[in-house]
Amino acid sequence: MSLPGARERRVHTGGIDLCVAELGDEGRPTIVLVHGYPDSKEVWTDIAGQLADQWHVVLYDVRGHGRSTAPAPLRGGFTLEKLTDDFLAVADAVSPDRPVHLVGHDWGSVQSWEFVTVKRTEGRIASFTSMSGPSLDHFGHWIKQRMNRPTPRRVGQLLGQGAKSWYVYMLHTPILPELAWRGPLGKQWPWILQRLEKVPAGDYPTPSLPNDAAHGAWLYRDNVRARLRRPRTDAYAHVPVQLITPTGDIFLSENLYDQLEMWVPQLVRRSLPGKHWVPRTRPDRLASWISEFVAANEAAREDDRPVQDTVPTGAYADRFGGQLVLVTGAAGGIGRATAFAFAEAGARVVAVDRDAEGAARTAEMARLIGSPAAWGEAVDVSDEQAMEKLAEKVATEYGIVDVLVNNAGIGLSGSFLETTSEDWKNVLDVNLWGVIHGCRIFGKQMAERGQGGHIVNTASAAAYQPSRALPAYSTSKAAVLMLSECLRAELADRSIGVSAICPGIVNTNITATTHFAGADAAEEKRLQKRTSRLYGLRNYPPERVADAILKAVVRNQAVVPVTPEARGARLLSRFSPGALRGIARLKPPL
Amino acid sequence: MTSAVKDEPAPELRGFREVQRLAYDCAEAVAARLTPGVTEREAARMQRDWLRERGVRDWFHLPFAWFGDRTAFAGFKVPLQFFPTNRKLEPGMAFILDMAPVYKGFTADIGYSGCLGLSPLHDKLLADLEVHRELILREVRERRSLREIYEDVERLMIKQGYVNRHRAYPFGVIAHKIDRVAEHRWSPRVYGFGTQSLKGLMSDALHGHRDGWSPLWSPYRFSDHPPQPGLWAVEPHLGFRGTGAKFEEILVVTDSKDPEQSAFWLDDDLPHVRRWAEERVAA
Repeated sequence: MSLPGARERRVHTGGIDLCVAELGDEGRPTIVLVHGYPDSKEVWTDIAGQLADQWHVVLYDVRGHGRSTAPAPLRGGFTLEKLTDDFLAVADAVSPDRPVHLVGHDWGSVQSWEFVTVKRTEGRIASFTSMSGPSLDHFGHWIKQRMNRPTPRRVGQLLGQGAKSWYVYMLHTPILPELAWRGPLGKQWPWILQRLEKVPAGDYPTPSLPNDAAHGAWLYRDNVRARLRRPRTDAYAHVPVQLITPTGDIFLSENLYDQLEMWVPQLVRRSLPGKHWVPRTRPDRLASWISEFVAANEAAREDDRPVQDTVPTGAYADRFGGQLVLVTGAAGGIGRATAFAFAEAGARVVAVDRDAEGAARTAEMARLIGSPAAWGEAVDVSDEQAMEKLAEKVATEYGIVDVLVNNAGIGLSGSFLETTSEDWKNVLDVNLWGVIHGCRIFGKQMAERGQGGHIVNTASAAAYQPSRALPAYSTSKAAVLMLSECLRAELADRSIGVSAICPGIVNTNITATTHFAGADAAEEKRLQKRTSRLYGLRNYPPERVADAILKAVVRNQAVVPVTPEARGARLLSRFSPGALRGIARLKPPL
Repeated sequence: MTSAVKDEPAPELRGFREVQRLAYDCAEAVAARLTPGVTEREAARMQRDWLRERGVRDWFHLPFAWFGDRTAFAGFKVPLQFFPTNRKLEPGMAFILDMAPVYKGFTADIGYSGCLGLSPLHDKLLADLEVHRELILREVRERRSLREIYEDVERLMIKQGYVNRHRAYPFGVIAHKIDRVAEHRWSPRVYGFGTQSLKGLMSDALHGHRDGWSPLWSPYRFSDHPPQPGLWAVEPHLGFRGTGAKFEEILVVTDSKDPEQSAFWLDDDLPHVRRWAEERVAA
């Protein structure tokens, strides 16, 4: 099976015949993609296709895999030294006078760590992006450190990783793995991947899988024991490294990379919610990170400065760098603070608000604090057609939204009997229908892409705290809370998280524009001023809500009460709802 | 000095202008000498020495210097955090120099914002301060209450996307009155504030309290009165994430009926004002 649009050639090295595929313009800098176990180069199909627009992309089947030939005998034919020979042969063939950018997944990453830490490849590699594959030498030192000084935490880490590495011990048994792969396991593998990893069906795995897996067992047998027992002490990376850690990897724990800075002077960290086979399940994100890192390295080499300088430093920059985030109600308050927090983390931001000037201002400031690109859009979230149009524009011009924050909302206070049906309509249109439109239109795009994402809905502590002063507002927010929880259940299958944020009393502009049902204009002005003053005295900054939102996305939290009073009310609503009902009867101090 | 500004001859204003210029010259000279690694304390000392060499003996308050996120008063809770620390200046960092020398019996209180190297964000903050200078003057001329003007300034800051950082000043003041200070051979300081100047401020507070006004311009009820004639050191201070910027200069308020004469900035030839003019020319 070959990759669409690829030019193939054979490279001979040390008695082996490697199958090498190339895409893209050969005059551009070269990216070499190295696959893992038990894969072949087809694991990269989507990523290679996306990278080829901008770069010269090279993939090869590792010896014994895919359409490359296997060494004879197999034993001793898969040592890291021989794999390094192969890589150098490929690099010399495809990019003789320019160092290549290296990308490795799983065993591809393990062997690439060897390439970037040995002397003889110096000058041949420009950068390395590693995913789901540690250096065996670093891993050896990691184990030694924990064995020599076992604190409870370190023992926990050892046992945790030990359990995750079960397959490594299995692969050391003779013949049995080969039999399993050539027999039932090989047949079931595509199904297992779809079931456990949600890997979409396609040209992968290839029919050569049983053979690849059987041969690849020697990768482990030839290297693991030897390297873990006697790890090299000079395994320092001589190129900048981008480490991408999938947070849900069932084979590797995140703290394997705890002290990686020791070995890698120029390290950029990224984390990605996903399982082990991210090249299949998250190709868009990976392609953009790889592309960005390669571009930053090419630029840094010209300017002669370290590539880390080009990486944003805000909270969770490793997680949101380069992602597309859309925030509604972004012209002020929590929405604006959230847009800024994502911007600081290096995300691209679409700031949406009815107030065009405010949205544009948010976008402008976002660019100044680290957002690589930001746009302001004037849209009323309650207008379905306008939202549809916005979604279409965003999808064609900026891409599919990775994080959607439905934050736009208006206030409405006053007793139930004085709230007119017009008032009800207004508040439900924005607070509830705005969220419904956002979730429906953008959520659908996210689900169709099938590469995960996150939706945040700003509810309110009023969602679970009844009050005689806010019947309509509380109702709209309670609906948002329930909507979020239902949607969360539904979208869990598609790796899309949904969080409802319940801020509580936060110092924002919402009080100054709150409509007070039953009050005349002068009275309303007075009440607005008074509530604004009270909220100002409480003085809980929207920036802290923004931090809670970023954290909720990273941890995929379901319901997040933010201020102490919101948390207290949440606790009461669960354990003593009667008390809340009592509080609801109190007249607010207005 | 309720009506002193209008009635007294120009030399008095000239005296204030002279010391304000001197202070801004000092700020520019020190800013030009700031290099990576200089600490806030060293920067404060540089200001002190520069002014002392030029004849300053007393202070309304000793020079301050804030670097990095301290320009946005990040995490300021107690007034002691205003004092210079050992924070070192790094490339790309914003800084603020703030000093209030007394010279020949005249006081000035100035704030100078700068940045070590280029920072588009800092440029933006500085540029956005211009409308605040215009807003304050306009509303003072309209004789709005100080508290109202304060709230309008804050509203504008929020609209611009910023946080009002003068909220972190003692009493949340955006401005305070300044006055002539009697020259004494010995003027001790309390927490960096000159006792002679404090004495003036206290007596203003005392008189003002009787007449229903305050020498502090704050968001609180005691500032709910029209601007009192006299000289006010006004300092709107913007904060945005880890960066802050402000200017501080003297606003003259008189009891003249002519709106133009009723309030005016003492000097329009100051670094930040020149900067805005240059930007307009460039645009």
